[in-house]
Amino acid sequence: MSDLFETLQPRFEGLEPRESSDHPAVQCPVSLILPLVECLRDEFHYEILSDVTAIDWEERSPRFSVVYHFYSVQDCRYLRVVTDCPDDENPAVPSIVALYPGANWHERETFDMFGIRFEGHPDLRRILMWDEYPYYPLRKEFPLAGIETDLPDAEIGEETRAKVLAAPMMGGPFVADTGSPMSKSEPRAKDQSWTEWKKKEALEDGGPEKD
Amino acid sequence: MKTQSSDIGYNSKVEGDVIVTKVDAVINWVRKNSVWPMPMGLACCAIEMMGVAASRFDISRFGMEVMRFSPRQSDCMIVAGTVTYKMAPVVRRIYDQMADPKWVVAMGACASTGGMYRSYATMQGVDRIIPVDVYVSGCPPRPEALLDAMMKLQKKIEREPSFKSLGKETEEKRIWA
Repeated sequence: MSDLFETLQPRFEGLEPRESSDHPAVQCPVSLILPLVECLRDEFHYEILSDVTAIDWEERSPRFSVVYHFYSVQDCRYLRVVTDCPDDENPAVPSIVALYPGANWHERETFDMFGIRFEGHPDLRRILMWDEYPYYPLRKEFPLAGIETDLPDAEIGEETRAKVLAAPMMGGPFVADTGSPMSKSEPRAKDQSWTEWKKKEALEDGGPEKD
Repeated sequence: MKTQSSDIGYNSKVEGDVIVTKVDAVINWVRKNSVWPMPMGLACCAIEMMGVAASRFDISRFGMEVMRFSPRQSDCMIVAGTVTYKMAPVVRRIYDQMADPKWVVAMGACASTGGMYRSYATMQGVDRIIPVDVYVSGCPPRPEALLDAMMKLQKKIEREPSFKSLGKETEEKRIWA
């Protein structure tokens, strides 16, 4: 890693090493992302872009970081490249679809979930949620349960009176107890007051009490 | 000749070419033995549904082997899998395109209640947009469970008034919210 970084640093002003618990990682200024990625692909054999995702730091500014994972088949090594989006309100980074066509759907997904725009992307639409969906679900301010919204199809929504409803976890997340036997380690929420759980527990202990 | 069914008793020696029965009994007998399912396969449950159609379980024993991918030609929508909010209007529109009489089977935990996907993206039960006749538990259900559901559906069809789609009941069925 250090060889690679020392080779790169003089060529890319502002490139910094990044703390990482697994693969080598670099922090790259947003203006250098395209030349850096091109250099990694053409000179350092990082042929595969395995992932594009993002981080929402919530409190921090810059708030959003875009994370790329590259893999070199020749050298069998990964490299993580992280860049911060300069604007917190309308985060945007240059698209690397021109260099890695496989980035197309990854960037659409990141746009869908975080609302980060990829400048120069040929077809930047939502990929998982529907086009009119008003929120970015993986942002920190978005509640886990979701937010009430209209159905994608207004006509169907009116006909069925169904809506996109918030689905609170009801005491969840549901976690299994790893220590106990399988019969007793079904996933349970911390707060089970809304279920018939107590009755079931009685069954497990030899059936309901007979008076 | 005398058939087993008490609804359609036919003794050719006594009655000649005449069968005495009830309209409901005949129509429902025909309907329940040739349900044409519309496979709405949305997730892994669809694989089990294919198992039901294959030789080991063989849904054709119940007269249901004619899986139609056109809603115009099918009676029973088997919603097999996770109904996302993005897909929900499509499911509803396909249901609307099916001709009466029609039935819906919610196959598996996801279609029945949202299952383990308790999230912003998943509809918590397909019964929020279409009326469901039979729910099947399981994640995914065994093919036998789906067969059991189809047999339950046959029993339900048997009991229904055969002209329900002309009457009030359909109106009630349509407005459930």
